[in-house]
Amino acid sequence: MAEEETLGNEVVEAELEVRNVDGLHMRPAMQFVDIANRFESQITVSNDQTSIDGKSIMQISMLAATCGAKLRIKAEGPDAHQAVEALRELVEEKHFDEPIQ
Amino acid sequence: MMEIKKGIAVSPGISIAKALIIDSEDYRIPRRRIKPSQRMMEVQRVRNAFKNAGNELIQFEAARPEVLQDAKGSKIKDIFAVHLRYLRDRSLRKKVTDLVQTDQVTAEYAVSTVLRDIAAHFKKQKDAYISERAADIYDIERRLLKQLLGRKREDVGHLTEEVVVVARELSPTQTAGFNRAFVKGIASDAGGRTSHAAIIARSLGIPAVVALEDLTEYVLGGDTVIVDGNRGIVIVNPDEQTIRQYQEYSKEFIDLEHRLDAIRRKPAVTRDGVEVKLLGNIEFPDEAQVVLQKGGDGIGLYRTEFLYLNTDREPTEQDHYEAYAKTVRVFHDRPIVIRTMDLGADKYTQSKRFAPEPNPFLGLRSIRFCLQNLTMFKKQLRAILRVSVLGDVKIMFPLITNRQELMQAKMILHDVMEDLDEESIPCNRDIDVGIMIETPSAALTAFSLARDVDFFSVGTNDLTQYTLAVDRGNELVSTLYSSADPAVLRLLRTVIQDAHKAQIRLSVCGEMASEPEYIMLLLGLGVRTLSLTPPMIPEIKQVIRSVTTKDCNEVARKVLSMDSERHITRYVRNAARKILPEAF
Repeated sequence: MAEEETLGNEVVEAELEVRNVDGLHMRPAMQFVDIANRFESQITVSNDQTSIDGKSIMQISMLAATCGAKLRIKAEGPDAHQAVEALRELVEEKHFDEPIQ
Repeated sequence: MMEIKKGIAVSPGISIAKALIIDSEDYRIPRRRIKPSQRMMEVQRVRNAFKNAGNELIQFEAARPEVLQDAKGSKIKDIFAVHLRYLRDRSLRKKVTDLVQTDQVTAEYAVSTVLRDIAAHFKKQKDAYISERAADIYDIERRLLKQLLGRKREDVGHLTEEVVVVARELSPTQTAGFNRAFVKGIASDAGGRTSHAAIIARSLGIPAVVALEDLTEYVLGGDTVIVDGNRGIVIVNPDEQTIRQYQEYSKEFIDLEHRLDAIRRKPAVTRDGVEVKLLGNIEFPDEAQVVLQKGGDGIGLYRTEFLYLNTDREPTEQDHYEAYAKTVRVFHDRPIVIRTMDLGADKYTQSKRFAPEPNPFLGLRSIRFCLQNLTMFKKQLRAILRVSVLGDVKIMFPLITNRQELMQAKMILHDVMEDLDEESIPCNRDIDVGIMIETPSAALTAFSLARDVDFFSVGTNDLTQYTLAVDRGNELVSTLYSSADPAVLRLLRTVIQDAHKAQIRLSVCGEMASEPEYIMLLLGLGVRTLSLTPPMIPEIKQVIRSVTTKDCNEVARKVLSMDSERHITRYVRNAARKILPEAF
């Protein structure tokens, strides 16, 4: 995890791999967004093509990330650490409580 | 903004009322522009729609706690959770309000555009799981649009005020269910002159315009709509001046109707004393009343297909009996001609039980289908025979193309009579049996067929179709379809002469019989019985009462010497206009 401090705002980044078989379909997308919304920090999710707001269900679903997709998460705000950690746990450890490859 | 749309007039009359949109699966919202000053309001409408849609969803869930508790229920709960999340997604809402601001469009248009874009994006994904999510997006779109378009887009069953029903298309079942007291007009994007829904609208006397193509894109529930069923025009959100014009026009039309009604009790007799029988074409029992009201002498064509189309299962003998009995009771002593099932090229005979036919119009339909499905056919025959003791009931077979078919049908009819006799169920063993002449083969061998029937009824619609090889429902060739075509008229004359020689009765029951400009021609050709759509009976009677058979014979003579359908049509129109200027 890379850390920087700019103007009192923590910025934390990480790269996460989507491991569950069905990818980031509706239900996992929901879980992701639910967790992201618990935090104050601004959360951005990017892949090779685009960057989106991690708190928006619409934008996350548009990513249509499939199994194996690599997503770069960036959190900016007072609770950036916790946000990224929570999301990492969801995606890589729990894999959205779904079966993996 | 006032919009004038042109379609096909299928049922006369004028109505001015608020639109009630009947929902259909895939409606589109028009690009309704808004003025810059309206932007704030539209943005607020968007915000309210999102908020209210979300609340509606929560209430919906709260009302069903038991459903959401079981295993399957948790899936439903998930789905709704996602939908709710979408409805609360600020970036989604912002996309919509941004579109309203920058493009100056209505909330509905913005909602629909943005959500459909998202749905399209999903559909493009290779992953099936994700692409299926497009359906969720459409659902969310519908939920939002429901908030924006209002309750008026729903229920036809519980009307409390006068409305004009607007739909993409209307099924016969829907149309038949309309309450005339409240449904004052009908307008649809699809449909044609001879669609069943159009026929029903005419019978019910509800002004209707169809084939408007994209009317549903211009009307929102609650908009004021004028339906001009005379000229085939629909006006959305008419301005003051237009409303006033139409109110005038409507009044004149109603006056004309009243004058026509006044001749209801008068006999249909030409000026030189020749009597013409005017009968009604009906599809369901309730219309029998209308025939009576309009001064008809009976029913020349009782189409029985409704019994098969209205329900999911095949009608029982009792279903048939009750429908026919209801009709006969309205008419006791006047003739009622019941036509046996004439279905084909539609869902009944093309159902999953059979391999679909490549050319159903020329296939196993109507009487042919009946002759190969005797159990079903006998049910109908039994019912007709049982009802024959209640009044002056006659039976008619459609689509007969040769004598063998006719004899076969008659033989089965006699078998059924024998069955009823054995069961001691009374029926009229001398019931009149007739056939529809609606194919060139029947017309050309009418002299032979006449020997074995009591009457003919000429179905000019199908006769014209088969003779000219034109599909009357196909807009691409519809200009080729005309009952005034010389070929059709020659066949008609042949049939009339053959019937006369065999001394059997003949009636004309196609659309031609309800068109004022063709009456002189028909009378001149020797027709003395017409069966037509009930609302037109007074007007046709008016024409009959205004002509002499001498003039009619002259018209027929001239027409038969012409070789161009266009000349014929122009000629008969002029002749008719001289007699009844105000009807044209």
